[in-house]
Amino acid sequence: MGMSFQTVMSQVMLGLNNGVFYAILSLGLAVIFGLLNIVNFVHGALYMLGAYVALLGFNQLGPLLGRPDFHLNYWAALIVAPLVVGALGVLIEKTMLRRLRKFDHLYGLLLTFGLALIIQGVFTNYFNVSGDAYDGKPEVLSGVVDLGFMLFPRYRVWVIGISLVVCFGTWFVIERTKLGSYLRAGTENPELVKAFGINVPLMITLTYGFGVGLAAFAGVLAAPIYSVSPVMGSEMIITVFAVVVIGGMGSIMGSIVTGLLLGMVEGFTKVVYAPASGTVIFLIMVIVLLVKPAGLFGKEA
Amino acid sequence: MKSLYSSAALSASLLLTTAGFAAPPKDTISDGVVKIGVLTDMSGVYSTLGGKGTQVGVEMAVKDFGGKVLGKPIVVIGADHQNKADIASAKAREWFDNEKVDMITGLLNSGCALAVQKLGGDKKRITMNTGAASTELTNGAWTPYSIHYVYDTYALGKVTGQAVVQTGGKSWFFITADYAFGQSLEGNTSLFVKKLGGKVVGSVRHPLSSADFSSYLLQAQASGAQIIGLANAGGDTINAIKQAKEFGIGQKGQKLVGLLIFDTDIKSLGLNVAQGMQFTSGFYWDRDEATRAFAKRFFAIHKAMPTMDQAGAYSATMNYLKAIKAAGTDDPDAVMAKLKSMDISDFFAVHGKIRVDGRMVHDMYLMEVKKPSDSKGEWDLLKIVKTVSGDEAFMPLSESTCPAVKK
Repeated sequence: MGMSFQTVMSQVMLGLNNGVFYAILSLGLAVIFGLLNIVNFVHGALYMLGAYVALLGFNQLGPLLGRPDFHLNYWAALIVAPLVVGALGVLIEKTMLRRLRKFDHLYGLLLTFGLALIIQGVFTNYFNVSGDAYDGKPEVLSGVVDLGFMLFPRYRVWVIGISLVVCFGTWFVIERTKLGSYLRAGTENPELVKAFGINVPLMITLTYGFGVGLAAFAGVLAAPIYSVSPVMGSEMIITVFAVVVIGGMGSIMGSIVTGLLLGMVEGFTKVVYAPASGTVIFLIMVIVLLVKPAGLFGKEA
Repeated sequence: MKSLYSSAALSASLLLTTAGFAAPPKDTISDGVVKIGVLTDMSGVYSTLGGKGTQVGVEMAVKDFGGKVLGKPIVVIGADHQNKADIASAKAREWFDNEKVDMITGLLNSGCALAVQKLGGDKKRITMNTGAASTELTNGAWTPYSIHYVYDTYALGKVTGQAVVQTGGKSWFFITADYAFGQSLEGNTSLFVKKLGGKVVGSVRHPLSSADFSSYLLQAQASGAQIIGLANAGGDTINAIKQAKEFGIGQKGQKLVGLLIFDTDIKSLGLNVAQGMQFTSGFYWDRDEATRAFAKRFFAIHKAMPTMDQAGAYSATMNYLKAIKAAGTDDPDAVMAKLKSMDISDFFAVHGKIRVDGRMVHDMYLMEVKKPSDSKGEWDLLKIVKTVSGDEAFMPLSESTCPAVKK
């Protein structure tokens, strides 16, 4: 297949579009793993939950409150969903994960995996598995933009833009500010940081809440593009874990860059040999694990 | 005259019933129970169009039949094959060997269907497929105990393909689900497109249950084909249509054609997005009084209108039970002989018949999605554009490669 400039650029844009979702989700995982040492398997389910907060807020909340005309609009959902899911995260951390801190992180993985199955199971029971359409996409973001080489939906341009801002904003806070330095110090030596009078347990709880809030944010962004379905998270999370492994567990910048790159690799595979698009990321994971077991951006242990 | 006939029929059936009750010969029903297994996608990408709803259809049929046949109870069990052929086949083996299951129905997903049907052939158990689409089921993979009840890729490709080519859609590009079903659907449709002077300019194959179709859609757009044919189903078709709309594909010049679409897909997409699309179906709930009456009862239980798979599962079960009663035994050979000789007439099929290759031949319908302004209710989604007789829609026996067809 001949690849014109136009084809290549279109695939770069589409790849970037999928890549920002990988980036934002793997970033949340990296932040959580970095500070809590927990492989957060419930991440995909909370991403799905974020999308459902947007969907139900738009369709159901009004009638529920006795005001059928009321819709939780898209912009509000972008703030409300991360807060709701973040609060749920805080609850999970305080009541369950906290008790497992002393044990091997296999236990955290099992607990979060179980939670993911429960949340997904409950939603599968009540909602349409093939997905419901989210109709709350704002007018300003509908239609297409002419990029010169292709017509690209305006909404997707927004998704790419805001996701990059959120990703690099998070990186900046953690790597370049005083608050971030507390966080990183808390990872290295919690006892010492405590001695400086910093409330480490609270910091850990809020970090977890923030990490899963990012997942919910991505869920709201995804709602108008993909169908909102109970399985949207489980389909996504496996790929995202591969991204985290390739990038290096716990590396903030690594997870962002790897997410974006792998989105594009996957995009190109869809043009070159589409049936392999589901496996290419795992192939890369195998190669990276063989050559550089700590991941592309990870520190050798 | 008519009343004479009906009273004659009534007394004949009364006679049969009393005869059945009077002297139920021993061992007419193996293991003292007729067990029907619903094995299908209960949780994945196809579960809305089949899933629990298929089991609801089967259970309704059993209840309407009276819960007993030849004095022995009828039991329905269900399981999720997760769209994995190995799980489907392991479950079916367990059902046949340990659970005394006499007949398996549902069987969405051609990969799973082919595996279970082969096992049914080996074990001499009946499979009545209402969900899967591959024509292989009535050709190379035929067994003396297999029935393909609702639709197949040949009928879908022929009815939709012809309708589209005849209205000017001459060049096609396919977006195809990469497994037995998608390949079969693409192959069958291509055949009719070419036969009528159209051409296929390309195709792209995607893994089952993909979330993002934008790349495939852009490839289809770049091909310059007039028609983008979607040879996939369920959640995949929904995502493809939705994202095509987002990219403005299918609005000027190019047209999107879904080759296998279910009512529940249209419900999920919304009429705004789907309006005007044409596709082929084996059943529509709002066709006549009888379909509406069934649909209303089904809705009361399942909270959604029946798809062709779900309605077909009712009809298949009902006719299976009728055949057992008529044969006076649940012996698979005797039941199959009855099924293949009886007239299948109910709300689902009008004078359907099951051919020697296991194909249930009945009318197919070319459907069109209504405009939002024409829809009078939540489930008022489609109108029937054309009724195509079964003999015209399905593969004629002269083209069949089924070993049972004598040439």
